[in-house]
Amino acid sequence: MEMNQLGVVTTFVHNIVVYNIPLLYGTVGEIVVEKSGSLNLGVEGIMAVGAIFGYIIGCYTNSMAVGILTAFLFGALCGLLFAALTVSLQANQNITGLTLTTFGLGVYFFVGNGLKAVAWPAMNDYANIKNGFADLAIPGLSQIPVIGRGLFSHNVMVYLAVAVALAMWWYLNRTTPGLRLRAVGENPGAADSVGINVKRYKYVHTMLGCGIMGIGGYYMALNMSGSFNSTCWINGYGWIAVALVIFANWNPALAILGTFVFGFFNTLRVSGSSLAAAFPGTLGWLAAIPTQVYQALPFVITAVVLVATSVRKREGSGLPASLGLNYFREER
Amino acid sequence: MKKILAMVMAMAMVLSLAACGGGDKSSASAGSAASAGSAGSAASASTADAAEFKVGAIYINSKNDTAGYTFAHHNGITTAMKELGMDPATQLVIVDEVPEDKEQVLAAIDTLVGEGANIIFGISFGYIDAMAEAAEEYTDVVFSHATGYMSNDTNFNNYFGRAYQARYLAGIAAGLKSLETGNNNIGYVAAYGTEYAETCSGINGFALGVQSVNPDAKVYVKKLGAWGDEVNESAFAKELIDSYNCGVISQHCDSAQPQIAAQDAGVFGCGYNSDMTPDAPNAHLTAAIWNWNVYYHTAIEAAMNCGDASNFVTAMGGGAYYGGLKEGFVDVSPLNEATVAAGTQDAIDQVKELIVSGDWDVFTGVKLHITVADGAATVEKADEALVDNTGAEIVAAGGPSVEDGVITGSMNYYVEGVEEA
Repeated sequence: MEMNQLGVVTTFVHNIVVYNIPLLYGTVGEIVVEKSGSLNLGVEGIMAVGAIFGYIIGCYTNSMAVGILTAFLFGALCGLLFAALTVSLQANQNITGLTLTTFGLGVYFFVGNGLKAVAWPAMNDYANIKNGFADLAIPGLSQIPVIGRGLFSHNVMVYLAVAVALAMWWYLNRTTPGLRLRAVGENPGAADSVGINVKRYKYVHTMLGCGIMGIGGYYMALNMSGSFNSTCWINGYGWIAVALVIFANWNPALAILGTFVFGFFNTLRVSGSSLAAAFPGTLGWLAAIPTQVYQALPFVITAVVLVATSVRKREGSGLPASLGLNYFREER
Repeated sequence: MKKILAMVMAMAMVLSLAACGGGDKSSASAGSAASAGSAGSAASASTADAAEFKVGAIYINSKNDTAGYTFAHHNGITTAMKELGMDPATQLVIVDEVPEDKEQVLAAIDTLVGEGANIIFGISFGYIDAMAEAAEEYTDVVFSHATGYMSNDTNFNNYFGRAYQARYLAGIAAGLKSLETGNNNIGYVAAYGTEYAETCSGINGFALGVQSVNPDAKVYVKKLGAWGDEVNESAFAKELIDSYNCGVISQHCDSAQPQIAAQDAGVFGCGYNSDMTPDAPNAHLTAAIWNWNVYYHTAIEAAMNCGDASNFVTAMGGGAYYGGLKEGFVDVSPLNEATVAAGTQDAIDQVKELIVSGDWDVFTGVKLHITVADGAATVEKADEALVDNTGAEIVAAGGPSVEDGVITGSMNYYVEGVEEA
């Protein structure tokens, strides 16, 4: 069939944003947590918890703002659990994170399946949420061909994600608490010796970061129109976010770029064949690639990024020096 | 060191996700299966029999699921048992979440036989070898395998349904809608395409139904490569609507996401497995659905009344049960009056009558031409060859139906008017 070439490209760019914003929330959240020196592998589970509670409570109150707040709160509660276990009780961070993933997905399915049988809220019945999540064109910018609809005509949570990422960049690099936080992540002993409350910094920022992840989960719940069909809304985004942190070099602003680069490959699975049909001469080969390759592509790219960045020299790396190490004051 | 370890762990997680991204639901890629009429329903069982009879079931997912493949079967078995006056709480024994691994299936069978099961249903395709083997070992127990192709002459059969007939009816609803909207592009979000006869025959049945009312319509198939993948089910439907300008979205996948996407975009859709009108009241037309309890009722009744397990296959009239519209095993859900085009009900009723009475079937050298005027449909038969989308002839004009074995096991071509998107 005759495809509208411009339309296909526009849809592709639009989709890159729509389907990958949860990655940005997850990545920025994880950066904040890691900057405090804690490696939290529970992103997937925390996003799932934020998704399910944000969705249900948001629906019952018919307010997207309450939904976002609830998702943040429940994400932060997971963060509190993580901090209590790793900061106060000195539990191994890797194991605790993995446990949180299992725990979070368990809660997600428990609540989801349990409620599904009795009273699952359908997003269509909640006009405020349905309308709140509708695309919002930025006047002027959205008139530009292709990138106008592609980048500047999205729901409010997309803009929120970018705003949060920029705000976190500013917070980490331009404010005193941000500086202190980085100090805690680099060398908690030194930070402690100059009077920074290491424990409090770790607690607060683990909760803040996990709260942001929770919002990412809520985004996905709304993007799926709240239809719960016993497969997970999060679908691996959490794991990819952990890797994107490294790709973004622990820089929340770079995470925006990372999300879109990664999203490009992620979205090829959806749009690849349309692109092939619209540009048979130049992109026709995209259609010849089996679906399974597209399915594996995001994870292959993730693996490549992990390998490439770990080979790279430490010079200029944003990796917090004490990442993954518990701080035990008496050992100082 | 810990950092490297953490990175390695994250990477391992990521890779393991990629490895199991293939989908969690098992379904059919059946081999050759001979047709079998439904068993003549035997005299109803005596209450003493019904109270002692035990049904065993092996599920691929959890028996507590509230939607999806396992749920549909569990619901079918319990419904059938209640119809037969049995109590599922005491007379149904289940081993669930059994992967398609021969050893584990054999262990599940041992458990069920140990608990006194008289008939054992296995719902997933990959249970096939274990069930065939166990049927030889436990000759006093009936084994019945969904979506498979193996059987013996005594106590082991397989069962599946003519979903393509229901698809054809749904295709009529979609075709009439496309005439009404004037948009000839119809999208189809499919788990797989020509890789599995199950999906392939469904797509073809649907497309032929569409063409019976709108010969100019094209069906664009977008393959997921997985039986269940909610995120992409939604994304693929949106892509078909946005880039391919599709006005009706059909589906062969687990969730109602394609229908919800259609509703959000202001277009229409045909669901699958269950009535999806509640999910998308402004978009959904009708869905091709399964009534598994129809088979389970027939099979449990036959097993109770055939005396010895070795008579089961004879009582069922053969080793392969392949029910369709006639048996009520497959059907379309009640039409959504708010969305369907005028005359849809009449057209579907007439075609259903043709299929149920055995006058006509989908994959034959006879095509139906349906016209609707003033809400009343006229159905005409015409001898026309069944042609695939490369132009090769499958059935000559006026020729008989494609064999059941092909429909269930080896159909691997799209009919004319179907394209992969």
